[in-house]
Amino acid sequence: MADKNAILNRTKKNAEDNGYYVCPDEDLLKDLIDGLATNEDRYGYGACPCRISSGLKQYDSDIICPCEYRDADVAEFGMCYCGLFVSETIKNDPSKMKPVPERRPVEAQDAGMEAKAKAESGEEMPSPSESHEHVQVGTDSKGIPIWRCVVCGYLCARELPPPICPICKAKADKFERFSFG
Amino acid sequence: MTKVEGKNREHKVTIYTLSTCGWCKKTKKLLKDLEVEYEYFDIDILTGGEEGRIREEMRKHNPRMAAPTIVVDDGKEVIVGFEEEKIRRALGHG
Repeated sequence: MADKNAILNRTKKNAEDNGYYVCPDEDLLKDLIDGLATNEDRYGYGACPCRISSGLKQYDSDIICPCEYRDADVAEFGMCYCGLFVSETIKNDPSKMKPVPERRPVEAQDAGMEAKAKAESGEEMPSPSESHEHVQVGTDSKGIPIWRCVVCGYLCARELPPPICPICKAKADKFERFSFG
Repeated sequence: MTKVEGKNREHKVTIYTLSTCGWCKKTKKLLKDLEVEYEYFDIDILTGGEEGRIREEMRKHNPRMAAPTIVVDDGKEVIVGFEEEKIRRALGHG
């Protein structure tokens, strides 16, 4: 069973490190932490409790909390999609918490659901990263691979390429391992 | 599908929710407080054959498939997210 206290503490630390605050609505905060714990137990990773998960990590990596859309949402709406992370303004006036429109590209969500349906029907499914295995690895200082979108040049450090480029919306197969020199 | 009894049955209310989502919980609580009868589908814990059918139903009302999706009278009005004022108004509690 996932340790809810550990999740809460980790979330608080992450909020502090990034200049955010955790959800000021205590009931909602508790529900969100419970939801994250449920998802950790259910899927093996803390997918956003307010989004539909595929259960396939490589397709959900963009919505593993803190999700890739958090910073943009806190900047625009003062809170992330689920409300776990908020700005100082919202912390001081929780009544300003309002539903945040979904920023995650619908293609990313559909790709995950499609892969899930295929996996359930027993169909072979290529991993989004498979074609990159022989490319020389560029990593960040923690050893996490760096991926480059060949369409727009977006760079990110993560275990697998994102299902869809957050900048130009290119699919995962447009990402290649970035190598130095 | 889970049905929640309520004395206000003026509208048919169906909500598509996630069992893990705090805003979905708020929506269920609001409907209960308004004593509105409703049915809900927690789409993350649907099983087997039901899952595909219910998700398609949800997609029909809200292609973004964001939770909660509140469907009033089979789609006469569809509200996405815990929009408290909109929900109250749609159900005659504005």
